[in-house]
Amino acid sequence: MTMLFGRLARHRLAIALSAATLLVGISSASAQSVIKWLHLEANPDRLAVWQDIAAQYEAEHPDVKIEFQFLENEAFKAKLPTLLQSSEAPSMFYTWGGGVLKAQTQTGALRDLTEAMDADGGAWRSTFSPAAVDGLSIDGKVWAAPFQWGQVSFFYNKALFEQAGVDASAITTWQDFLDAVQTLKDAGITPIAGGGGDKWPIHFYWSYLTMRELGKDGFAAAKNGGGFTGDGFVRASENLIELGALEPFQEGYLGATWPDTQAVFADGRAAMILGFQNTATPQIQAQAATDGEGLSGDQIGRFLFPLVEDAPGVITDEFGGLNGWVVTANAPPETEDFLKFYLSQDNARRLAAETSILPTTLGAEDGVVDPFMREIVTEMGGATWHQNYLDQDLGPNVGRVVNDMSVELVSGQISAEDAVQQIQDAFSLEM
Amino acid sequence: MSQTSSVADAAPAVTRSPSIARAKRSQIRGKLPVLVLFLPPALLLFTVFVILPMGEAAWYSFYNWNGYGLPDQWIGTRNYELIFNNGAFRQALINNGLIILISILVQIPLALWLATMVTHRIKGAVAFRLLFFLPYVLADVAAGMIWRFVYDGQFGLVAGIFNSFGMDAPFWLADRQVAFYAVLGVIVWKYFGFHMMLFVAGLQAIDKNVLEAADIDGATGWQKFFRVTLPLLGSTVRLSVFFAVVGSLQLFDMIMPLTGGGPSNATQTMVTFLYTFGVMRMQVGFGSAVGVVLFIICVTLAFSYKRVFMKND
Repeated sequence: MTMLFGRLARHRLAIALSAATLLVGISSASAQSVIKWLHLEANPDRLAVWQDIAAQYEAEHPDVKIEFQFLENEAFKAKLPTLLQSSEAPSMFYTWGGGVLKAQTQTGALRDLTEAMDADGGAWRSTFSPAAVDGLSIDGKVWAAPFQWGQVSFFYNKALFEQAGVDASAITTWQDFLDAVQTLKDAGITPIAGGGGDKWPIHFYWSYLTMRELGKDGFAAAKNGGGFTGDGFVRASENLIELGALEPFQEGYLGATWPDTQAVFADGRAAMILGFQNTATPQIQAQAATDGEGLSGDQIGRFLFPLVEDAPGVITDEFGGLNGWVVTANAPPETEDFLKFYLSQDNARRLAAETSILPTTLGAEDGVVDPFMREIVTEMGGATWHQNYLDQDLGPNVGRVVNDMSVELVSGQISAEDAVQQIQDAFSLEM
Repeated sequence: MSQTSSVADAAPAVTRSPSIARAKRSQIRGKLPVLVLFLPPALLLFTVFVILPMGEAAWYSFYNWNGYGLPDQWIGTRNYELIFNNGAFRQALINNGLIILISILVQIPLALWLATMVTHRIKGAVAFRLLFFLPYVLADVAAGMIWRFVYDGQFGLVAGIFNSFGMDAPFWLADRQVAFYAVLGVIVWKYFGFHMMLFVAGLQAIDKNVLEAADIDGATGWQKFFRVTLPLLGSTVRLSVFFAVVGSLQLFDMIMPLTGGGPSNATQTMVTFLYTFGVMRMQVGFGSAVGVVLFIICVTLAFSYKRVFMKND
C-alpha cells in the first residue's frame, strides 16, 4: 500500500516538475538571451549584491535575462566536467585557474576571451591588474575574466605573543620562525592552528617554503618540465619536517577541518594561523569563534611568510588565490558584455566594500574597508610574483598529492625525498 | 543480481518426465505475454543503467583520462598497477576486511543477544526494539556528523567524559592508529539494530512447539539456544552476514563526514578511496579502474557466498 502510494506520489511529482520546467521554459523564452550564471556563493548577503548588479544590467538590457545557478563547492567540482560537455552547460562559471582551467580549455567547451580583452586597443584588458590577467591566461590566451584574488600570510594573537615574549616584527627568516614556535611552546602556548584534516591548509606551508627556496624562476623551471625532485624541493620538504618535529599545532590537528582551525585561532587557543587575507576581518572572526565574537582587529597582528636564508625567494613573492569567470563556448554573446559591467571599476569597488573581496579590477582597491585587507591589497600592488594555490595551479591530481604530502611531511610520516618523488610521479603522469 | 538468482533458485528442478515437461511448456506459454510485456523495460533499464556503465568503466580504466573530451591516452594496465601499488588502496582493502570481521565477531553476536532479549523475556521489549533500531533509521551522513562531534577532543562527549575523570581527552579521529577503531565503533552502533530486527523476525518465525518440546525434555536455556534456536535461525544468520559483507563494501556516506578517509588515509574504505582518488582528483580513468576492481570483488564475494553458504536458503 505504501509502495503504491509512494509510486503515485512520485509520479505526480514528476508531472508537476515537468509542468514547472515547461512554465519556466515559456517564461524565459520571452527574453532573447539567457545568461546562465553558475556560482558557488552560499552567503546570501554576498549573493544579494550580485543579484542586485545583475538586476541593474537586466534593467539596462531588457533583452537579456540572467539566471543564477548554485552548486555547492564539492558538487561543483564533481559535476562540472559532465555539465560542461552537455547541452545544459552554464554561460559563465567560477574558476580557480590553474590545471583545472587548463584541462577545461582543451575540450573546446570554453570561449577564448583574448579577443574581447584586446578589442579597442585592449580596453577591457587594461581595466585589470596585469598579473591577474596573466594568472588566468594559458599560452598567451585569456580564458577567464579576473574577479578577485588574495594573499596567504601569518596572523598572530598579540596577547599570546607578548605573553611568550615573541616579537613578530623580528621574524624574517625561517629559523626566526622556528625559534618563535619553540619560545611559544616553552611558554605553554600552542604556537599554530593547523588544519591537517582538510590537508590544503598545510599545503600553504609547503608552497611558501618551495617558493622561498626556489624563487620565481626556479619554480617556473620546475613546472615547465624540470620536475619537483630538485634540491630546492627537498630542502623545502625538510624545512616542513623540521617544523612538524617541534609539534607546533593544536592537539588533534590531523583531524581538524578549516573551520575547526579558524576556531582554534579565533578562540585564542593558538597563537598563529597561516590563513587567507580575510582571516582577521570581524565577520570571519565572529563566524569562526566558539563565542561568536572572536578576536578584534587590534588583538591581531600580521607578518609575511618568512624567507629562507641564502635562497632566491623574496618577501614580495606572494602566494594566494586567484579567481575569475569563465565563459563557455555556447554562451550568448552578451555574456562578455555583462562581465565587463559586473567587473567594472564601480561594481568591483562595491563588491570590495560589501562582499569583502580583494578586487583584481584596477582602481577598485579603495573599496576595501577592512584595515588588514587594505594593507594586503597595497602589498599585492607591489608583488613581484603572485603564485596561485598549488592544489589549483598544478591541477586536481598533482595538487591533491601536494596536499597529502604536506600533511605526511609535517606529521613526520615520510622522508623529504620520498615526498617529492611522489609529487613528481603524479606530475610526470600529467605531462 | 539477487533477484535473478532468487528466480533461478525458485525455478523447479527439471526432470525428464514427459507430463511435467508438457506442463512446463504450457506454463511458459501462459507466461509468454507477461514476459513480452514486462521483461523488455526491465532489461532495457538494467542494460542502460547497469551493464553499459560497467562496460564503459572497464573501457575507461585503460586510459589516462580526466573526464574532459574523449579518452584518447591509452595506457594499458597502468591504472591497475597504480592501484595495487597504492598504499591507501591496500589500507582500504584491509579496512573493508576489518569491517566484515567486526560485523561477524561483534555486531552480529550483539544483535543476536539483544534480539533474544527483546523478543519475549523482558518488559517494554517493543520500546527497546524501537530504541535499538533508532540508529539505523538515522541517515548515514547525519550519523557521521554526530559522531564527529561526539569524538571531538575539545568539545565532544568523549572529551567531556575524559575531562570529568580529570584526564586529557584523546583525539581519536586524528590518530592514525585509533581512528579506524573509532569508525568501527560507529559502524557497530549504527547497524546492530538492523541485524537485531532481522533476528527478531527470524526468532518470531520459530515454532514455539519446538521450544516447548525442548522444555519438556528438560533442556537448559543454553541448550535450547544452541541446539534449537540457533540452528533454526541459520538462514537469518547467513543473510545477516551477507548484508554485513555487502554493507562493508558499500560504506561511504558515513565515512565522508566522519573522517573523510583521513588521517593519512587511515580510514579509507574502497568506495571512499574511489571517490577521493578518482572523482575528486578528476582521474576518471584511474577511478574507473578502482570501480572495476571493486565490482569484481563484490561479484566474487556475493556469488561465492550465495553458492557456498546460502545455497539451501
